[in-house]
Amino acid sequence: MSAILDSVNSMIDMKRFLSGGAVIQPIWVFVVAITIFFSVMSDHFLSLGNLTNILVQTSTIGLIALGMTYVMINGNIDLSVGATLGLAASLSVGLQDYGITVAVLAAIASGVVLGAMNGLIVWKTGVNAFIVTLGAMIGVRGLIFVYTEEQSFYASNFAFSDFGISTIGPIPVLAIIFLLCALLMHLVLKKTVHGRNTFAVGGNPEAALDAGIRIGRNMMVNFIIVGFFAALAGVFLATQMGASTPNLGRDYELWAITAVVLGGTKLTGGFGSITGTMGGVLAIGVLRNGMNMMQVPAFYVLVILGVILISVLIIDQKINVNSSKGVQV
Amino acid sequence: MNTSDVTHISEESAQVTTPILSLVNITKKFPGVIALNKISFDVRAGEVHALLGENGAGKSTLMKVLAGKHTPDGGQILLNGKSMVFATPKQAKRSGIVLIHQEQSLVPEMSVAENIFLGSLPRKSANRVDWVTLHHESQKILDSLNCSFSAMDIVSDLSIAKKQMVEIARALVVTPKVLVFDEPTASLTDHEKPVLYKMIDTLREQGVGIVYISHRMDEIFHLSQRISVLRDGEYNGTVNTADTNEDEVTKLMIGRSLELDHASKPTDFGDNMLELRGLTVDGVFKDVSFSVRKGEIVGMYGLVGAGRSEVAETIFGLRKPSRGEILLDGKVARLRSSHDAVVQGIALVPEDRKDQGLILGMNCRDNMTLAGLGSVSSNGFMNTGAEKNVYDKYQQAMKIKTPGWRQKVGNLSGGNQQKIVIGKWLHTHPKLLILDEPTRGIDVGSKAEIHALIKDLARTGYAVLVISSEMPEVMGVSNCIIAMYDGQVTANFAGGAVSEDTLVQAITGQYVKDSDAPAGLDDQPAA
Amino acid sequence: MAVAEQIKQGSILGEKRKADLLSFLSAQGILMFFLICMFVFSLFSEQFFSQGNIMTVVRQASIIGIIAVGVTVVIIGGNLDLSVGSMLSFATVLVVDLHDKVGPAEAILIMFAATLLLGAVNGFLVGFMRLNSLIVTLAMLSAIQGLVLIYSGGQNVDIADPGATWFSEFGRGYLFGIAVPIIIFALLAIIIQIAMSFTSYGRRIFAIGGNPTAAVYAGIRKNWCVFGTYLISAFCVACAAMVLGSRVMGSQNNVGQGYELLVLAGIILGGTSLLGGAGSIWKTVIGVLILGFIQNGLLLLGYPYYTQWLVTWVIIILAVWLDLANKRKSLLVRHP
Repeated sequence: MSAILDSVNSMIDMKRFLSGGAVIQPIWVFVVAITIFFSVMSDHFLSLGNLTNILVQTSTIGLIALGMTYVMINGNIDLSVGATLGLAASLSVGLQDYGITVAVLAAIASGVVLGAMNGLIVWKTGVNAFIVTLGAMIGVRGLIFVYTEEQSFYASNFAFSDFGISTIGPIPVLAIIFLLCALLMHLVLKKTVHGRNTFAVGGNPEAALDAGIRIGRNMMVNFIIVGFFAALAGVFLATQMGASTPNLGRDYELWAITAVVLGGTKLTGGFGSITGTMGGVLAIGVLRNGMNMMQVPAFYVLVILGVILISVLIIDQKINVNSSKGVQV
Repeated sequence: MNTSDVTHISEESAQVTTPILSLVNITKKFPGVIALNKISFDVRAGEVHALLGENGAGKSTLMKVLAGKHTPDGGQILLNGKSMVFATPKQAKRSGIVLIHQEQSLVPEMSVAENIFLGSLPRKSANRVDWVTLHHESQKILDSLNCSFSAMDIVSDLSIAKKQMVEIARALVVTPKVLVFDEPTASLTDHEKPVLYKMIDTLREQGVGIVYISHRMDEIFHLSQRISVLRDGEYNGTVNTADTNEDEVTKLMIGRSLELDHASKPTDFGDNMLELRGLTVDGVFKDVSFSVRKGEIVGMYGLVGAGRSEVAETIFGLRKPSRGEILLDGKVARLRSSHDAVVQGIALVPEDRKDQGLILGMNCRDNMTLAGLGSVSSNGFMNTGAEKNVYDKYQQAMKIKTPGWRQKVGNLSGGNQQKIVIGKWLHTHPKLLILDEPTRGIDVGSKAEIHALIKDLARTGYAVLVISSEMPEVMGVSNCIIAMYDGQVTANFAGGAVSEDTLVQAITGQYVKDSDAPAGLDDQPAA
Repeated sequence: MAVAEQIKQGSILGEKRKADLLSFLSAQGILMFFLICMFVFSLFSEQFFSQGNIMTVVRQASIIGIIAVGVTVVIIGGNLDLSVGSMLSFATVLVVDLHDKVGPAEAILIMFAATLLLGAVNGFLVGFMRLNSLIVTLAMLSAIQGLVLIYSGGQNVDIADPGATWFSEFGRGYLFGIAVPIIIFALLAIIIQIAMSFTSYGRRIFAIGGNPTAAVYAGIRKNWCVFGTYLISAFCVACAAMVLGSRVMGSQNNVGQGYELLVLAGIILGGTSLLGGAGSIWKTVIGVLILGFIQNGLLLLGYPYYTQWLVTWVIIILAVWLDLANKRKSLLVRHP
């Protein structure tokens, strides 16, 4: 009860609300607005089928965004998630001769290993995460091409692709898993020591270090998390397509980062939320889906998204006109 | 703040037993300067022991030694009689000596409770935070300090005063024996100060020994049982607060002979080059009015936070005034940016030479010409010959010591760095030269050189405004002293016509003018 | 006693030698590596050092190089420009499409104007509104991509008669025996390097990247200067588009996708710091050429083209790591 009152209270606190600090972030206002808009413009929009469709369509970027949230709250970034997704997708299809379980496990393991590698390099060498993951983005794509020899793979085992369209009742399994993961990530971020330390490391690394928090380890764990989710998303995508292509995942990192930033997470670190990220993910998903329904070419989504992202930045800047008395340069 | 309060506190003060903290002959040297020379004093449990001293007297260095940030070159720290050596600040903290920062060691977007228990969050199984215990324990600490906010508030929403309390609360988690406060009320309003005082009382009652560093006499006499004074890195005595008064303490603080060279101050003044009329920036400073004539050196004296640098930044176009006017050479000046200011002939040698005055990664020559690129280039192309000449000229004139012009400025000593900044601005041949704390952190030799330089510049016709927190500097250099306190000009003294005590009063908010004229609008006495 | 002293001295010298070695390596580092690579490749493949091959490599690297030169200016100023890939797509499509509609000269002019306009938008948002350049240019990457698609309707464009136009000179022509793209690359590199090293504008950019606060306190108009860097970047993209469109005489609407990464990789490899305030166009040229030659060398040795990406991954991180290690005088970071 008090939690509800608290969230209502903080919603009324406009400044906190607009800067994305409340339980509900401003991006959700946008999501609700466009949902209403599209449901007016198209009869099918609000159907259960379509809504679960949106969940499935956004689950790929969404899963990555869940992990990316942690990395960005840390003050880092991971540009290699698209490539990791691609590698996992190819492995999950390509290794099916050894059985689906082996293939899927190998795929997910690849994501974990890549994440650990990125995290370890960032930790021990001190090289900026941007550069480390930029390198990985290029290099892992190379791994994919080496492994697949530029071929697309097709799943021979129908059980694999059946999973992609399987449902529990009216709801696709993939949607359920996505939501469960989101819930889990939300709880871990808010309620575990690791989650809270993630904020500390991003918000004030010196203070965190002084307080005895192991910064390097914290960062590495978060890279492992995002690597895991990128791989998971890759596997799920492969099940939906029943195939994998060597260029799969290109640009996905941008979408993931966009979703996370739309959700209110700051690039500088120390601030963010899973609820915000989900808002950003849905903003992208609803926009795409709705415009598709209205038969607007997908091109316009790209422009609109760019405009929204910039608007979010501007709003954020206006709200946070520095409260300290320093000179703004 | 009446005397009965003072007596009341001293009666209650802890028994005079073994002090909880003893410093014995603490010495700390840095290249070229002895920052602390055999400092000894002690702090008792349940005592507020004030530490006084001018800027550069060594207070902050001593504090850092206590907190484990510096290792002393000589002497001992005794905690409850036991000798302690700290390799890291964490060790000092664990031993029970905690330094209270001003907000920088908090994580802004996390709750108060999480900040209090940063790095040591209470856990349930499996990495889960024990929120109940966390909130309970942190609220307990907050309540023991009578804080008005809750453990669940987010730190970035809190005022600076409250953030300070969170810092104190965090210190209490480890049950400290000694707390060191450094200018804790510098950013607090008059409303917020009593809350802090009450908190300090509570801490005293808990038996904590408190070192209280401050300039503010009213606070010191309100809170402390004993006062120790540092002067030029040396220990200069301890007195019981009840047995002394402000005059005596002030004398202890600044009693050395001010080697003032009044005779060499400039005497020839022209018209007003700078005139401020009722300049106000809401929330920062109010109704500032004074003027600087050509050939004159005006000093702005005050404590940190009094608003002096902010006034300078406004003159330099970096802040937008809410009200009031700035007149340059008799005409109202439109100063919308630092570029406008520079183009119109205003120069600012900023307070923080590393963050604001220099590009550390650039070499000496490039830093020197940075504000006057137009004069060393033609049609946009740099004339490196002209640049070198400029550099050589000022390097020789100010005796800047560097292995060569290619040296990155970040490798120079403080004094030489400052000279480069000054040279940079002299190169622009400004009409008005503002220097903000020009000799902060600089060795004695360079200091004297810079003072002489400032006087020379005024004699050649510059209008000079010097901001300083050091009394001998401001008195030795200025023809006229503007005192500021809490965002307002409290007094306007011409040259030598002010006693040191009066000056201290003026900057600590105790100066009451005899005349009815509002502070800051004095007529300038004729030279 | 004497022995102890000697040992102490010896170990100090050892440390000093280690530090010196590190410092030497990283100062010459990338150039040395470049030369070593070239040497190794030439050992394994006779073709490598033939004039034709070298020219081909440089020509192929020109487009990335031209863009990288412009982005280097932005980076020295302390910002990023991730939108260059989309901008390249936009500009190439525009110039190719307009070529048959309004003629080559007009097409080029319009394309330059439009591209510079996009650069001005970037410059305005980052320079004047002071928004974060990573996100702004990321957003522009997306928006411009959309613009291209809207303009082209999702179709690819081409020039009907490639042989009949002087436009082909930019991508396919030769001047004094050197391919025109190389000449354009070289010219731009030289001009911009001169601008950065010898003009007051260049000096200001270094200052802003090195310490934006101090730059403003020195009276530099930071907003305008940063705005200018994005115009330079856009101008370079326009030049690259001219070359690319002219070479292929057609354009897919996502032809530029991924270029921003290759450009960044070249800049990073060359040794310009992403933090700003330091670096040079020469370093970028070397970085871009290294990538080009590695690709070429691997190809000549029989490896598929994508193996260069694996190599790029490793050397980027190594290059930055060693440079950092040298600056902080220790190989690994110390904190937990």
